[in-house]
Amino acid sequence: MSAIVNDRAVSLARERRRMWRTTRLAWMLLLPSFIFLAMFTFYPIGYSVWNSLYKDNNATIRTGPVYIGLKNYVSLFTKDQIFKQAFINNIIVAVVTVPISLGLAIMMAIFANKVKIGKGLVRVSFFYPTLLPMVAVANIWLFIYTPGYGMLGYIFNNNTWHFLTDPNAVLPALIVMMIWKQAGYVMIFYISGLQNINPELYEAATIDGANNSQTFWKITWPMLMPTTLYVMIITMTNAFKLVDHLYILTKGGPGNASNMLLFYVYQKAFDQTNYGMASAITVVVIVLLLLITCVQFFTQDKRTFYS
Amino acid sequence: MTAITAKKHREKKAAWKMTPGKFLLYFFMYAFAILCLIPLVWLVRTAFVPKALELDMLAVGWVPTFSNITRIWGMAPWGNYYVNTLILVAGVLAAQFITITMAGYAFARLNFYGKNTLFILFLTQIMIAADVLILPNYMTITRLGLNDTLLGAMLPFFASAMGTFLMRQTIKTIPYELEEAAKIDGCNLFTMIIRIYLPLLVPCYIAHGLIAASYQWNNFLWPLIVINKPAKRLLTVGLAIFAQASEIGALWSDTCAATLLTVAPLLILFFFFQKRFIESFAHSGIK
Repeated sequence: MSAIVNDRAVSLARERRRMWRTTRLAWMLLLPSFIFLAMFTFYPIGYSVWNSLYKDNNATIRTGPVYIGLKNYVSLFTKDQIFKQAFINNIIVAVVTVPISLGLAIMMAIFANKVKIGKGLVRVSFFYPTLLPMVAVANIWLFIYTPGYGMLGYIFNNNTWHFLTDPNAVLPALIVMMIWKQAGYVMIFYISGLQNINPELYEAATIDGANNSQTFWKITWPMLMPTTLYVMIITMTNAFKLVDHLYILTKGGPGNASNMLLFYVYQKAFDQTNYGMASAITVVVIVLLLLITCVQFFTQDKRTFYS
Repeated sequence: MTAITAKKHREKKAAWKMTPGKFLLYFFMYAFAILCLIPLVWLVRTAFVPKALELDMLAVGWVPTFSNITRIWGMAPWGNYYVNTLILVAGVLAAQFITITMAGYAFARLNFYGKNTLFILFLTQIMIAADVLILPNYMTITRLGLNDTLLGAMLPFFASAMGTFLMRQTIKTIPYELEEAAKIDGCNLFTMIIRIYLPLLVPCYIAHGLIAASYQWNNFLWPLIVINKPAKRLLTVGLAIFAQASEIGALWSDTCAATLLTVAPLLILFFFFQKRFIESFAHSGIK
């Protein structure tokens, strides 16, 4: 009896020793990645939170940052009109670009899957914007939008359109550009989603005499739901990350009509050297991104996320 | 039996008949594909059109010229930009291949204490990408004295959660028996990873490499902040500063030639390895 207990204890101890050996090995393998993640992902998140509680700008160079509690946030949310504008712009961009990009991408994917003539060219023309840097995209669209002798002005022979300098037109103009840039990227997720749908479903639908729109809404759309949820997160977070084009096209103008949170961080930090405020805006962006991804993690079947 | 398949076949064929609605949809989608292509066509056209015709969009009968490209080549150190960008891309890829192979192996094959916690910590990098953390990371780089260095522009990207997960998934599909056989033959972990896993992971390296290389090639805001010395600049930053310097509209063939210089390598690669690119990006979640 005691021999059995002893045996079990010994094997348990051995098991635990082996587990610790494996753990040591695993941690060693993970260490290089972990160091860089710690330096450039975990630490900066913590630093932003900490720094956002300080007054840290040109006025405090001599004294060093001064602790002011939540004052940065209070002034952001109550006084800062530019922040408010950038925040609203970000929400508008997300709310408008996400559904349109997704809708277009589904149509593009179905078309690119079915089309017989010029399949390669169709895919290329839909996908290539993904591979262009935002600054190059901005240069190209600058030409399209330039009043008078830009492409739109030239074709419609109109030199009264000021897409990038009219506060009412600038955001829609940039949204169109962003959709053009990302719809092809979203398309490829839908293409692989479509290829994973069992063809027997379509055969059954055909035999039952379903028409095209019935087939789409009863089979394709629900079967693509996991893909849709996944790309929704990508496009929503992109709405916060894509700001490079502002540097070329508008610098957030006219009068901050096209400013975005991340670009405002850049302006606050590197034009105005107001680090405390810039950190507070960074924290706001971090919280928004976390909210978006958390909603995904808790509502979505984890299978679509790498398994 | 044959009657049934024939009937099935007929029905299938009938379902794909061109209806007017479908014809309209196809027409619209073809038109849309061409519309998407127009900016690229125009970019290439304006980069090669004689400068006198740069504003005349419908000009015909002109002979393509390299004069725009040769002219702007002298206006900024494009050679430096190319070399810097290539070094940056190669450096990031080399570092990532090492870190993601090690981490991917650990997550795929080893059972250890803290695995789930570490996995979630890795996920943070996907949720909160480096794009957002420009200010605190700039301070870190400054404190390390790496301003104005390519290493400073590379360092935040040496670990890749996305790549790690891609590796983990692929390693999981490789039969464990291979590893056991290698162990019996007396391989240690290092030689086993090199001999057994590396060759099998080549497609995975290509997939991740294409995504990461495109990301680094196109990255802008971070290298703009870290690097101020003109000779150390990357292509995107050089392009932006070049485009800012030229007055809007006045120098379109210059801007287009510069833009083409920046985007051409990736686009050419894409035209040749179209399928590979699209398949690789289907595994990613970056912009």
